[in-house]
Amino acid sequence: MAQYLIETPQGKWEIVCGLEIHCQIISKSKIFSGASASFGDDANEDVSFIDAGMPGMLPSLNEQCVHQAVKTALGLNATVNKRSVFSRKNYFYADLPQGYQITQYEYPIMGKGKISIDLEDGTEKEIGITRMHIEQDAGKSIHDLNPKKSYIDLNRSGVGLMEIVSEPDFRSPAEAGAYLRKLRSIVRYLGTCNGNMDEGSMRCDASVSVRPYGSSELRPRAEIKNVNSVKFVMQAIESEAKRQVEIYESGGTVRQQTCRFDPITGKTKFLRSKENANEYRYFPEPDLPPLILTDEYIESIRAEMVELPDAKKKRYIEQLGLTAYDAAVLCENKETAEFFEKAARGQDAKKVANWLMGDFFAMLNAKHLTIEQSPISPEQLGKLVGLITSNAISGKTAKDVFAIMSEKGGDPEQIVEQNGWKQVTDSSAIEAVVDAVLTSAPDNVAAYKAGKTNLLGWFVGQVMKQSKGTANPVIVNELLKKKLG
Amino acid sequence: MAVDDQTVREIAELAHLKIDEGKLSETKEEFNKILAWVEQLNEVNTENIEPLSSVHETALICRPDEVTDGNLKEAVLQNAPATEFGYFTVPKVVE
Amino acid sequence: MTDLTNLTLTEALDGLSQKKFSAVELTKAYIAKMEANRKLNAYVLETPEKALEIAQTADKNYQNGTNRALEGIPLGIKDLFCTKGIRTTACSRIIDNFVPPYESTVTQKLLDAGASFLGKLNLDEFAMGGSNETSHFGAVINPWSKQTPLVAGGSSGGSAAAVAAKMCAAATGTDTGGSIRQPAAFCGITGIKPTYGRCSRYGIVAFASSLDQAGPMGKNVRDCAKLLTVMSGFDKKDSTSANRAVPDFEKVLGLGVKGLKIGIPAEYRPDGLNQEISKAWDNAAQILKENGAEIVPISLPHTKYALPVYYIIAPAEASSNLARYDGVRYGERVEGEHLNDLYVNTRTAGFGKEVKRRIMIGTYVLSAGYYDAYYLKAQKVRRLIKQDFEESFKKCDLILTPTSPVEAFPIGDKTMQENPINMYLNDVFTVSVNLAGLPALSLPAGLSANELPLGMQLIGRAFDEETIFKAAQTLEENIGFKGI
Repeated sequence: MAQYLIETPQGKWEIVCGLEIHCQIISKSKIFSGASASFGDDANEDVSFIDAGMPGMLPSLNEQCVHQAVKTALGLNATVNKRSVFSRKNYFYADLPQGYQITQYEYPIMGKGKISIDLEDGTEKEIGITRMHIEQDAGKSIHDLNPKKSYIDLNRSGVGLMEIVSEPDFRSPAEAGAYLRKLRSIVRYLGTCNGNMDEGSMRCDASVSVRPYGSSELRPRAEIKNVNSVKFVMQAIESEAKRQVEIYESGGTVRQQTCRFDPITGKTKFLRSKENANEYRYFPEPDLPPLILTDEYIESIRAEMVELPDAKKKRYIEQLGLTAYDAAVLCENKETAEFFEKAARGQDAKKVANWLMGDFFAMLNAKHLTIEQSPISPEQLGKLVGLITSNAISGKTAKDVFAIMSEKGGDPEQIVEQNGWKQVTDSSAIEAVVDAVLTSAPDNVAAYKAGKTNLLGWFVGQVMKQSKGTANPVIVNELLKKKLG
Repeated sequence: MAVDDQTVREIAELAHLKIDEGKLSETKEEFNKILAWVEQLNEVNTENIEPLSSVHETALICRPDEVTDGNLKEAVLQNAPATEFGYFTVPKVVE
Repeated sequence: MTDLTNLTLTEALDGLSQKKFSAVELTKAYIAKMEANRKLNAYVLETPEKALEIAQTADKNYQNGTNRALEGIPLGIKDLFCTKGIRTTACSRIIDNFVPPYESTVTQKLLDAGASFLGKLNLDEFAMGGSNETSHFGAVINPWSKQTPLVAGGSSGGSAAAVAAKMCAAATGTDTGGSIRQPAAFCGITGIKPTYGRCSRYGIVAFASSLDQAGPMGKNVRDCAKLLTVMSGFDKKDSTSANRAVPDFEKVLGLGVKGLKIGIPAEYRPDGLNQEISKAWDNAAQILKENGAEIVPISLPHTKYALPVYYIIAPAEASSNLARYDGVRYGERVEGEHLNDLYVNTRTAGFGKEVKRRIMIGTYVLSAGYYDAYYLKAQKVRRLIKQDFEESFKKCDLILTPTSPVEAFPIGDKTMQENPINMYLNDVFTVSVNLAGLPALSLPAGLSANELPLGMQLIGRAFDEETIFKAAQTLEENIGFKGI
């Protein structure tokens, strides 16, 4: 992959970036209470007295959140810490009912891990993951309903989160984007987070600094909070890096700071400097003893692991003969991969992949449909490819069949049958048509024999016309050549 | 480690408490008395001693993932000093 | 008819079963006492109607023979236990209007056993204090006071005074650094802080989570054993509650102390320890010896560090536990222009002086740069204190000490007011037990020259309240202490 550098007349600069991703854990109830963790209910409906921070209320840990965290850790090729400790992070905010967030600090549930990201040129890069801890989400403040007041909804208060912290391994916005997509793909495969950034179930903080190319120093960084799409994360990193380069080149210094990305201007906006950052007074949560996991528990979760995108991609390349690019595209999304595998069952996988990534994706795009909403089932797409492979229909007919399947749905075999599109491969039947055509055009036969061989196309056309397009063109060609000598 | 006026102000700010400037030095003195008193702990050799935060050191028992709580909107809001449309309300927070 | 409030809880239950009197009669007798003794300021909320309602049900249950363990017994509840639909304040202005929509696990267990609640009892604000003088509702007057009003002790001062003055059959208390045992000693009653984790903390307004424990305060050892049996038990809503079976604590009463080894820690007899207290201690040891126990000298070398450790850890946890009182979801809001003003105004007006002091200390010891020097150091010394006990319990089965180095002192006492540390020093014999999570009981051991009760403390191994009860029963029988 070509080096990504910010080049100015004064020099070359390299980006140093790390990401902190908050993933909302898929579970029925909240991490420390039995209230529903579902999304979109009426304000303060999914709130227990625990989530509201009422006096005397105590947290109790949801087993599923632990399970999901361990599963995620295994998916990130990471160490699962058999002993982890919950801590309190103390700060005041309107949507933080207890006045502290229960999180993990010194002893998180997951230690070091790594994943590989797929870059545009088909190469891979390994990204280090520092840690992951589990914690509770805060509620929501709504600022735009009343000119004088903010409204507090505690439905999200206490929903389980996994915070995944990467090493500062990204050297370009594209790498950060690829990592986000990969991480999203992994948690979706695992079913531990739905990865929907627009709903806030996956949120990204990016810390960005720059340094002169070739240097290994680490300069003060800006932390960009809560960016909510892959595109914005990439834009935010790029614009923040450029801002810092400008400051350095004009002789200034960059202060450690927290900022926010404004999607409208495409620029980062200063929020606060790190010097007066919150003093969080972390200490071990006295309401929860340490979380101890056994080897048996971890192994039982390992046993239920699904095939993850990297393993799948490798299998597609090695066993199905797909290109690295096709394999990566098909594997990114679990639903796409599932669709592909169902469609390719017993069929020519490469042909299925071509159809899927070509006409099929184009059709979904044009109709604004997700793959789950496809009017064509994977089995039907597989059958269509099968009809082509077995010469039952021509590639051209297949396009017509596909168009009908897209509009009205239906089984490709039936569509071919109903329209009489089945390709004739019986050479004696074709021979009869050929003979008829030759008999009816003695002048052209003579002209051909006299050397006007470009008339072959005309003969083929006539045969196809008389067979209503069902004659196999290969056989037609062979027979004509033979008979015309 | 005796604290000064500014530190007392900062601690109060962190704790979201207000100390009248007039009471500041009194508070500081009291504070320093207590700190000096607790600092007798420095006499104790705690090398290689693990800090104790969980007295019986039993493992955490988890609860099953079931929705058993919530749908208590009225009860959740009933003690609130100010609510509107089912929300708690506070003075507008400007980001 | 004799005054029913003179009966112990156990005697009252017998009387009710034998239908010598009704639960309504018993309840009315206590209500009369509660009303007659209002000057003691023990109750901050009286709920006689509710108690009578339950008494009527109780009488029906006695008729039907479906009476439960505490059927028709009128109790007083420390106002730190959340009681559903009944105002719960922690004796702080900041939540003086709070009506919990939920019941604490311990009070629920008592209700389920058929007990009724006469009302909510006074305490030091958020249980922070040793004299009940920090209460937003004012100090409790010790029923043993003569001319000068004396403190009832704290933080469970209301509970101790109410039991001593027979304003309830027994009461609940909580103990973070001595808050059951010290007021029990000051008021001449019995109280036990069980092992940390024995009783659920769910629904009890938190002071210092790693130290807080609920327990009973009663007229005698048997009443406490009976109550603790009901109050104890694993609660999945409290992850620090112990998942182990609860014995019937009453069963061991009367088994005596023969063969038990009683440890006497040298460090609990500092130079200048009050002579009367020292004598009462010797006397208690002598009684146990005469009843077949062996007295063994032991050492708890880190005893003198328990108070500093406690006054780092408890405020640290409290500073965090009390962050939720911000005027947003409940409590007394004091408005402000911005959200931050609202917080500061609410908390500055709502918390009293001692609570603010501890929040400040706690905030400081947890803040960056000081965490290691104070909080972490304290946690390490806490382990040493726990290890001291573990070592000692290899040599003995129980530890006998005085409960407090002082007797009840006058309300507004100058030395105590001048310097908070003087007040803190009163907890010197009780805090180690909380730091180590052990069970300990205080029972009256005699009167001082001022005719004020003195308390003796029995400390047991973790989850071995039974041995404590055995020895306490022996001491009680032999001391023959007479209440008011």
